[in-house]
Amino acid sequence: MPIPAQTAAAPPPVLEVTNIEVVFKKTVQVLRGLSLTVPRGCIVALLGSNGAGKSTTLKAVSNLLGLENGAISAGTIRFDGRPVAGLPPHELVRAGLFHVMEGRRIFEDLSVEENLVAATYARTGRAGSAAGRFDLVYEYFPNLHERRSVRAGYLSGGEQQMLAIGRALVAEPSLILLDEPSLGLSPRLVEEIFAIIARINAEQGTSMLLVEQNAALAFAVASYGYIMETGRIVIDGPVERLARDRDVREFYLGLGGAGGEHRSYRDVKHYKRRKRWLS
Amino acid sequence: MTFDWLLLAEVSLAGLGTGGLYALTALAFVIIYKATRVVNLAIGEILMLGAYAFFGFTATLALPWWAAALGALAVAGVFGAVTERLVIRPMLGESPIAVFMVTVGLGSILVGLVEILWTADPRRLPEFMPATPVFIGEAFLAPKIAYGFLVAAAVITVFMVLFRTWRGGVALRATAGDRAAAYSVGINVPGVFSLAWVIACVVAAGAGILVGAIGGISSTMGVFGLSVLVVVIVGGLDSVPGALVGGLLIGLIEALAGFYLGGEYKLLATFSLLVAVLMVRPYGLFGTREIERL
Ligand SMILES: Nc1ncnc2c1ncn2[C@@H]1O[C@H](COP(=O)(O)OP(=O)(O)O)[C@@H](O)[C@H]1O
Ligand SMILES: [Mg+2]
Repeated sequence: MPIPAQTAAAPPPVLEVTNIEVVFKKTVQVLRGLSLTVPRGCIVALLGSNGAGKSTTLKAVSNLLGLENGAISAGTIRFDGRPVAGLPPHELVRAGLFHVMEGRRIFEDLSVEENLVAATYARTGRAGSAAGRFDLVYEYFPNLHERRSVRAGYLSGGEQQMLAIGRALVAEPSLILLDEPSLGLSPRLVEEIFAIIARINAEQGTSMLLVEQNAALAFAVASYGYIMETGRIVIDGPVERLARDRDVREFYLGLGGAGGEHRSYRDVKHYKRRKRWLS
Repeated sequence: MTFDWLLLAEVSLAGLGTGGLYALTALAFVIIYKATRVVNLAIGEILMLGAYAFFGFTATLALPWWAAALGALAVAGVFGAVTERLVIRPMLGESPIAVFMVTVGLGSILVGLVEILWTADPRRLPEFMPATPVFIGEAFLAPKIAYGFLVAAAVITVFMVLFRTWRGGVALRATAGDRAAAYSVGINVPGVFSLAWVIACVVAAGAGILVGAIGGISSTMGVFGLSVLVVVIVGGLDSVPGALVGGLLIGLIEALAGFYLGGEYKLLATFSLLVAVLMVRPYGLFGTREIERL
């Protein structure tokens, strides 16, 4: 889906990141002028290889950089049209921006249901009952209902990812930042989870910024995609167009070219070529 | 000459009684450590603050004991909130050693304040516990120790239940488990830090009133915190069950060593246990493995 042209009357996109730079420990620059937009109601994919800066981008948006001694040194981030700079992370969550972090980050010592109870803090100052949201979580993930009193640390990787997404559902956000939900899961589970991600987007109208290393997966649910390398966006476009792009097919979808044996070597060459273009 | 089993029972009971107070104070230490990862070496002096505040309200203001107790707990709670906000939170992200040293300084300041206000002379708290002798079977137990233990056990039980059932308990445990994840689900993490300090200081002050009622108060009563430190290192810095078991264990060992070997063996016995536990389980009996030791 193309990004609708912005007119004065149109509501602002749910997320607008403009030229941000991120620096860790005042010395290590990780993002170098990154911009992206998430239109309301859409799933936008953010792709890139390991270490490109995808997770850092999400932490910049959810204001979690401070915990790792990182800071946004330039640029602006607007959520629902309002700048988020300086807003404590928990208040941003309460305003409707929910970050499902890489590696699931469930509370292992808490039971499944207590994990959901913890997420009710995201509803602070909001109307509507949390109990109804629990029912919704269990509707999407019947497994979790069965295991609701189990210590979350004992769940399988797939169930932990479901719980991490379930906490977001409790929060009832307008935007979910989803960091590599497929990480370490079997293909069957990944398929199941991506189907639910698409359903949540369609049924709840939740906008999503989806980070993935697996481009084919992301293209299946997203409408628009950004591809980043070393802290910058290098290509972006509607997923149909990205999926036809020769470079993207070759380096992110593993299609085209001659066989797969030398992919890592060519990845390096490609990376260097890009770097030359950009510097 | 036969061994006096009754005497052993009485000494052990007295030790467990003191152990209950160790457990209560250790609980205060663990709450702060779990939520904020701060090793609070001022816990003994916060306990002293509670005892002196109680003394001030009863002796100076002549309040009834229950009002004085509530007042002392309130003073400690305010102290906890202010200390967390003005001293500890600005140190967030500094090295754990630096924060740890700040708490040492905090303890010294409290001792200084108490000596300025009430001099360094030991004092007695007014009697407020029943004085009827307590017998468990045939063994006699000093009533103050018995009631002190009962109050400690009741408070600990209330906290264990609250941790499990109250939503704030979930927030506290979530923050203890993963700070960034706690933020990410909308928990007000600095608020939890503040809450942990308030609760811990109130609990420590309550323990201080009980300890003072049993043994009197003085500006050196903060050394109680030293035994508590042994308790939490043995039990595991981040473990509530560890605080309870460690408290009773250290109380028992101190009493037995003190009675049968002589007072000078108390420290020797507890620190030998400390070394032995650390060699076998460096993270304490119930502690989490990853925790670094200081
Ligand atoms: N807390 C941090 N301190 C210093 N460098 C960091 C930190 N977090 C990430 N980085 C660096 O930033 C780069 C991007 O990391 P990240 O955003 O996690 O990448 P991705 O999610 O795309 O795999 C990496 O080179 C990483 O080493
Ligand atoms: Mg990442």
